[in-house]
Amino acid sequence: MALSGLDIYKLLPKTNCRKCGLATCLAFAMQLAKKALAVEKCPFISAEAKTILEEQALPPIKPVILGGDNLKFELGNETVMFRHEEKFRNPAALGFIIEDNLADSKIRGQIEKINQLKFERVGQLLEVNLIAIKQNTGADRFLEVSELVLNNTVLPVMLISGDIDALKQAAAVAAVRRPLLYCATKDNFSQIAAIAKEFQLPLVAAAQDIDELAHLTKGLNALGIRDLILDTGEKNVADKIWDLTQLRRQALKKSNRALGYPSLAIVDKTDPYEEAMEAAAYIAKYAGIVLIKGLESWEVLSILTLRQNIYTDPQKPLQIEPKLYPVGKTTKESPVLITTNFSLSYYTVLSEVEASKIPSYILSVDTEGMSVLTAWAAEKFNAESITKSLDKCAIRDVVVHKNLIIPGYVAILSGDLEEQSGYKVIVGPKEAAGIPVFLKNLN
Amino acid sequence: METQLVLEKWAGVISALTIGANKEDGGSRANIVRIGGQGSLPLLFKEGSIPNRPVIAFEIWDTPPQDWPDDLTSAYGKVLNDPFAWADKCVNELKAQLLCVRMQGAHPDFGNKDPGEAANFISALLTRVKVPLIIIGSGDDSKDNLILPACSEAAKNERCLIGCAVQDNYKTLVASVLADGHHIIAESPIDINIAKQLNILISDMGLSLERIVINPTIGALGYGLEYAYSIMERARLAALSGDKTLASPFICFVGQETWRTKEAKAGYEQGVIWEIITATSLIQSGADLLVMRHPAAVEKVAGYIDSLFNK
Repeated sequence: MALSGLDIYKLLPKTNCRKCGLATCLAFAMQLAKKALAVEKCPFISAEAKTILEEQALPPIKPVILGGDNLKFELGNETVMFRHEEKFRNPAALGFIIEDNLADSKIRGQIEKINQLKFERVGQLLEVNLIAIKQNTGADRFLEVSELVLNNTVLPVMLISGDIDALKQAAAVAAVRRPLLYCATKDNFSQIAAIAKEFQLPLVAAAQDIDELAHLTKGLNALGIRDLILDTGEKNVADKIWDLTQLRRQALKKSNRALGYPSLAIVDKTDPYEEAMEAAAYIAKYAGIVLIKGLESWEVLSILTLRQNIYTDPQKPLQIEPKLYPVGKTTKESPVLITTNFSLSYYTVLSEVEASKIPSYILSVDTEGMSVLTAWAAEKFNAESITKSLDKCAIRDVVVHKNLIIPGYVAILSGDLEEQSGYKVIVGPKEAAGIPVFLKNLN
Repeated sequence: METQLVLEKWAGVISALTIGANKEDGGSRANIVRIGGQGSLPLLFKEGSIPNRPVIAFEIWDTPPQDWPDDLTSAYGKVLNDPFAWADKCVNELKAQLLCVRMQGAHPDFGNKDPGEAANFISALLTRVKVPLIIIGSGDDSKDNLILPACSEAAKNERCLIGCAVQDNYKTLVASVLADGHHIIAESPIDINIAKQLNILISDMGLSLERIVINPTIGALGYGLEYAYSIMERARLAALSGDKTLASPFICFVGQETWRTKEAKAGYEQGVIWEIITATSLIQSGADLLVMRHPAAVEKVAGYIDSLFNK
């Protein structure tokens, strides 16, 4: 729990010396609580108070960077338990496990597939994030496969091995890409910490029990290792959800620094549907990294879409710039379809218009990111707002005809809109899926 | 030093309700379905009681569906043309615990079945299958106000779940449900305040809060799923903190929302997994009843529910 201004005040000298620029220590304390000023502004603060305050200023879940300079991403730094409170910040990384006992040709094929797992959805690029190389045979093979992966992907990598020497060799080879090491346990942590320290690498700390895990991270901290990821091992889904929830609560509700790190969940299922359900569960419930094996694009797309949904800012719907968008080789005769500037509405209409292969204009009306029906109910999508948008994009200079196509759900707007805009309104289909047939039958 | 677990203590509990009445209860159902009753957030078994599992209802229609994509219709085949054969298949072959029947054929644009026909259909269905029923209107408010009371009466004492009541059209349905001993679905447009308000309005008419199931109006995966997800989480938090007017179980129309998406038409696996992930994500935010369509998706989600609860 964050310290209040009053809690902080108790730690200050209470001399009201004004050296910090404020009239009283209490005023300074209030600024510290808001994180508006730095502790250093107070020249007389005790070392002990300074440590407490500096610690308190750190994020409750430590941000950890994975990857090298060319491609990296941040994990952790989350501040809430539920997404309606505030946006979940750093989307869970989705990674793939590659087993080193497979033939090179097979592994190359897997890497190739992983590299191609990119999807565009609602104007955002959905990407996978990580390749984890898992040692199943000798140290030489692990090194060989690590090199194979490093040479064939730009994605950040993770090295999974229980063999300290093998891990060290692979870490040395991969060092510039800052691989994530897996994993430190109570038995090997000083050896593995030495590797992490030598090459400045992030490290997964693993223990079945969260108390044991807290001991382990403290041990690693004492050895100077601070970039940690937490793993509570193989468990059934419900127990794993419990662990992930508990780790998040420990960090946010108890400011438990020993457990204030991003977490990792490994899914071990061969059926792609079962694998996706489990991965989706961990993404919704706080995992920082989720590792799977399945490479089918339909499976990965479903997981990445769930991640996109969960990590969308609840206060700010995804929206696009409200304006007139030409689709295809438009002419002065092209039809004009009207929708909102809610990304989902716009992109759904766009993909159907593209599918129809009929060049058209899509007018995205400023509805503050609300969808068609919501905006209609809130009076952001009505004859006035549509007419205003038509004027703004100077529609009469763009097309010579006098027809507008509106979504079927707002057919009720037709009369008002015809009156205000002077255009003839054609009621389109209710669902975007009906657009191609609708456009083909338009003339 | 021991790490102390952070445990939430909740004052409230979600209301529990039973769908279907067997002989002892004056009905004719072979099985009954119990939902709700949680004293904990979803799936946090170590923190409070979760006495009932989420339950999947197969969705069937009283008329052949027109707009279902091929990957969905091919899973059922010819039975889609005969609602009774369709119901049989769901119960006997696919082991449905309950059915959700949509009275689409009463819609003015889809057959315009009159109240008498609708009532006869429900009576015949209740004779044909012995699982509990959820009965849903055609989506045309004024028509539903005519046929749902007839359906309700035809199913008197069978303790069905009937819907959907909405903020500006609930009185007719509440009166029927009260008279015939059913439960009601209260639908709100992804809005926690309207959900609460509607529950209060319904209970003011004498139908107790314990007989209401909330339909929070979901979006499919990638189509606004997160809105319902968060509304459900917020409602659960409020209910567990003691707000009885939001302590209703949730029903989610997963199949209906999934099978109109672009992804559901982009190949068999893509469609099936889209319905699956929509369903399991909503289980995570508190869904008690999932109305689903594709048998393959139902099978996977049922297996997942088993794995969560058979620990």
